[in-house]
Amino acid sequence: MLIIDCPHCGPRPETEFGYGGQAHVAYPEDPHALTDEQWAQYLFYRDNPKGDYAERWVHSAGCRKWFNAIRDTRTYEIARVYAAGEPRPDLSKGA
Amino acid sequence: MTDSTLTIEAPEGAAGSAGGAGGTNASASGADVGRAAVLAHRRSPAQDLADEMTQGSGQAVWLRELPFLTQVTLRAQPDGPSSEALAGALGVGLPTRVGEVAGAIDGIGVAVLWLSPDEFLAVAPDEAQTGVSPEAWAGRLSTAVGAGPGQVVDVSANRTTLELSGPRARSVLEKSCEIDLHPRAFPVGTAVVTLLESTGVIVWRTGEETWRVMPRASFTTHVVRWLLDGMREYC
Repeated sequence: MLIIDCPHCGPRPETEFGYGGQAHVAYPEDPHALTDEQWAQYLFYRDNPKGDYAERWVHSAGCRKWFNAIRDTRTYEIARVYAAGEPRPDLSKGA
Repeated sequence: MTDSTLTIEAPEGAAGSAGGAGGTNASASGADVGRAAVLAHRRSPAQDLADEMTQGSGQAVWLRELPFLTQVTLRAQPDGPSSEALAGALGVGLPTRVGEVAGAIDGIGVAVLWLSPDEFLAVAPDEAQTGVSPEAWAGRLSTAVGAGPGQVVDVSANRTTLELSGPRARSVLEKSCEIDLHPRAFPVGTAVVTLLESTGVIVWRTGEETWRVMPRASFTTHVVRWLLDGMREYC
């Protein structure tokens, strides 16, 4: 069981949260201009890093707010949570 | 909503039933009789489980329903004009952080619970005790918000309130609630939205040994039976 630090409610068990996949995937500026392959890339293709991964989470059984988290895919350790819409923080610059 | 046109008769033997004071007002005269009769017709989500709750309770922990509490949901950005107006109209202010309850932290009177940074739940006693209908209260609060950004909705029928009390009440809750309910983390006057096993509820500590669990109406039977099951070893 992960303990996830909701930015509004503090540490809560993972079962209270919903997962929203990779963060910072922007909706295409003009979807009609895309080829099928580019559209498929947007819809279905996601990064699969070994290490830090920026993800979207929603505290569905609590405050019902979306936020972003950087989780290490090897250790499940969540290094940082930050507001939805904020740019991805640079973890190399300290806590 | 006015009720002067309502002519519903009180049901047979309804006086003094689930609503507590609901049926006792039936002797009043004039327009009040109509409203009192309406209140006497209400059925709370755990009404049919009252006997089960009594039988399942003991000296160490006991469970009962507090039916028909007035509940109004408030949406307003913190520090915005609407939240200031609401805080003034409520008379007890708005809570500012997770867990905080503004006003009557023991649940006797008007209390405002923090649900999310911009969502709050105002709780007041049953209309049968206060004489103020949820619609009227929500209307007053809505008027206070005016044209400002925000929302006020009567959600009294959304959740019911179960009260779990006794020296073993916390032990029963801790079986199913994963958050820290120890007094150092969860003192009297704390309320949070969380999961009780897999059911979303509000858990509100109204006294050292008194807890309110507020499930959605349709989950009430399940939550009552779940809590009774957890109480069995202490009763």
